[in-house]
Amino acid sequence: MALGLEAKLGDNVMTSTLDYIVNWGRENSLWPFVYGTACCAIEFMSTAASLHDISRYGAEVVRFSPRQADLLLVCGTVSYKQAPILKRIYEQMPEPKWVIAIGACASSGGIYDNYCTVQGIDTIIPVDVYISGCPPRPEAILDGLMKIQNQIKGETVLEDRHKDFKGILD
Amino acid sequence: MSAKVKTLERKGSSLAEKIYFVEIFKGMATTFGHFWRNLLDNSNLYVRHYPEVEPEIPVRWRGRHRLTSHEDGTVKCVACFMCQTNCPAECISIEAGERLDDKAEKMPVKFNIDLLECIYCGYCVEACPLDAIRMDTGIYSVTDNNRESFVLGLEELLQTPGAFSEEEYKKGGA
Repeated sequence: MALGLEAKLGDNVMTSTLDYIVNWGRENSLWPFVYGTACCAIEFMSTAASLHDISRYGAEVVRFSPRQADLLLVCGTVSYKQAPILKRIYEQMPEPKWVIAIGACASSGGIYDNYCTVQGIDTIIPVDVYISGCPPRPEAILDGLMKIQNQIKGETVLEDRHKDFKGILD
Repeated sequence: MSAKVKTLERKGSSLAEKIYFVEIFKGMATTFGHFWRNLLDNSNLYVRHYPEVEPEIPVRWRGRHRLTSHEDGTVKCVACFMCQTNCPAECISIEAGERLDDKAEKMPVKFNIDLLECIYCGYCVEACPLDAIRMDTGIYSVTDNNRESFVLGLEELLQTPGAFSEEEYKKGGA
């Protein structure tokens, strides 16, 4: 997350102005990576389509490689067999990165309270915004995106987020 | 039996179409026609400008839950556990207590709905014998940063008003 600045400049006026510019760029050019395993991904397609048009928020560049994305959208049920894959995809994304858990299955397991379904992806990777619904409406996904944008406004380049996160795979 | 087959003339075989050059400009004319029309007059755009313009929610649409109350403001729910038993996601947890105002024998002391577990199927509304739980708030977007804040309590469920009138709701046949 840090740009190698804290060693040179420290926490002063220069870096807070830099924060403002960097955050402005980051919040308006989120590149999503859709980890779509179920129907919530179909709802994301609707969000990206012309009626809701996610490009109004600068997030229309949907990447199919995690190395080029900075917003992970987990749409759908994640089984324990998929959990290492999700973890690996999250680790492949460059910092800074944000995660949205879309829908009941990704957020908490939903109705799949059984031996093979992950009961919430926050047991594997840190999640920034949860969206309720089965699947949520495209408006709710846009609300989640705006929540991430508001969160980015308050962040600083000097701090690493989720450094001490420990999931079940760590 | 022979099916009715309509044979269409295949296009793209003439020389002007084969060298693509004119066809590219024809296609770009359509594209730029749309582009300039929308750029100069953006009042007829297909896009719904969401945070400013909200979608129309029909009466039968299942939004966030609420608990209804009697005319004097007391809770209608009698803690019969029908909704909790019927819930496929097991997101409702009720704790029953004694009721002292002669309306019923029991009332909920705790009524928690975990909106992250909830799949908005509406089975709780169908199971309720007293029309005590409804999904007519018209709230379609619930987002937050932590899982704990998605658990709705009794007060929050009671305070949320319905988005539609009683006649509309009954007509909707929910």
